[in-house]
Amino acid sequence: MSSSCPLGSTRNPFTAVDTPAVGVSIEKLSKNFGSQQVLREVTFAVEPGEIFVLMGPSGSGKSVLLKHIVGLEQPTAGRVTVHGLDAAATATREQVRIALVFQSGALFNSLSVYDNLALYPREHQIADEAAIRDKVMHALQILSLEGTARKAPSELSGGMRKRVAIARALVMEPQLMLYDEPTSELDPVMSATISEIIATLKEEYHVTTIVVSHDRELALGIADRVGILMDGALVSLGPAAALHAPQDPRVAEFLSPKIDLQNPRFKNLEK
Amino acid sequence: MKQLNAILEGFGSTWLLLVRALAYAPTLPRQFGRFVEQCYLIGYTTLPIVAILSFFIGSVLALQAGRSMQDFGTQQFIGSLVGLSMARELGPVMAAILLAGRVGSAIAAELASMKVYQEIDALETMNIPPARMLVLPRLAAVLVMMPVLTIIADLVGWFGGAIVAKYTKIISIEPESYFSVLRRYTHFSDVLNGLFKAELFGFVVVLLCCNIGLNTRGGPREIGASVTRAVVVSLIAILVLDYFVTQVLMAG
Repeated sequence: MSSSCPLGSTRNPFTAVDTPAVGVSIEKLSKNFGSQQVLREVTFAVEPGEIFVLMGPSGSGKSVLLKHIVGLEQPTAGRVTVHGLDAAATATREQVRIALVFQSGALFNSLSVYDNLALYPREHQIADEAAIRDKVMHALQILSLEGTARKAPSELSGGMRKRVAIARALVMEPQLMLYDEPTSELDPVMSATISEIIATLKEEYHVTTIVVSHDRELALGIADRVGILMDGALVSLGPAAALHAPQDPRVAEFLSPKIDLQNPRFKNLEK
Repeated sequence: MKQLNAILEGFGSTWLLLVRALAYAPTLPRQFGRFVEQCYLIGYTTLPIVAILSFFIGSVLALQAGRSMQDFGTQQFIGSLVGLSMARELGPVMAAILLAGRVGSAIAAELASMKVYQEIDALETMNIPPARMLVLPRLAAVLVMMPVLTIIADLVGWFGGAIVAKYTKIISIEPESYFSVLRRYTHFSDVLNGLFKAELFGFVVVLLCCNIGLNTRGGPREIGASVTRAVVVSLIAILVLDYFVTQVLMAG
């Protein structure tokens, strides 16, 4: 891997060609599902080439926000732009390569690992089969997945499936990488490996990265900045170091929950 | 009111899916592998059940009609009854009903499962339209395979009728006589009418099942609900369409 990618550019891991790094802007984004308000006027920007980690309790709207960035959801109010283009427009995905690593991996179960990775370049006729093969094998090598090419996704462990999902995203040569809970359901060692992979992709290729997670260690380890979402509203935004001494008591409680064995809510459950 | 909304939404989304899929028709040559795979799934896997059921439908037709016709001494015309019934009505309708049960349910289950487990979302983020990759090859395959299934259903049904006509004591019509009458009264236009119906029913069944699968919302439980809905809606569509298409074809 080369480390000479200039600032403000994203390096293609396969061709070593530099393209302008992309930024994301979210302005007063609100989203309702029926009568339920999931996002409330969320505003922040992600700078080109940075790793932004969005944290928050389960159900706070993190994944929904991610889906707005990739164009899978339409805002009820407000605007999301990627590289200055409306994220909800299909044309944006034709101009900016955005890859989303789903929490479940969302691998195509009817295809082998190799065909999962080859699907994007084949469908978009980006290269001939020999070049696609090189690209896929290179991506598998980057993620230490040699030997899994012919396996079905169902034959892999949870950690391997996550890495295959990242490799599949990498084959798209993304300018913007989005991760939805990349370390959930993984043991601490595998979580650290995934965190290292995310950080390496950013360091080596300057890929703008947004990670949705409630893993404090991941945020402290790799984030340039961290936003915290609670009940659909952004309650904290700042450098990762600020997580050590949060000002907001709700954020402090979320980041360092205390186990209260005397909690009256759980006493006398039989009643 | 809520149900009416759901029906109208279903109509709208099905038309939209059809328009989207047809817009990708020029990509069909480079999806030839998928098209062949779908031809295999739609045609080859449905063939045995279509053949078995058509044989017995033809047999039962001959048996039931034979008894009644014998009362009037007209059992020698049994070939025309089985021939016309299979070609114009039972061949295409039974092929479509079996397609809905065998293939439609599998399509709905596969696409619903892909939707629930976010594979459809993954395709969209990769800028690969599901209408192009998942719907178009299936629609093309059903157009090719439905006439084949229907012709086989017709032939096997006629053959079933011939066997019953020969070996049932009260009918006792020789195959030569049975097929001679069948050929005299069943015209090529009758077979074509049936093939037209089969094409229409098959196309509608696959389109409906794709749409219901792709619009599945919720968890794994909804996969089963989508499959049931797909089969029920398909059966209703086949029988309703059959009435109106038959009226149009008879008027023509």
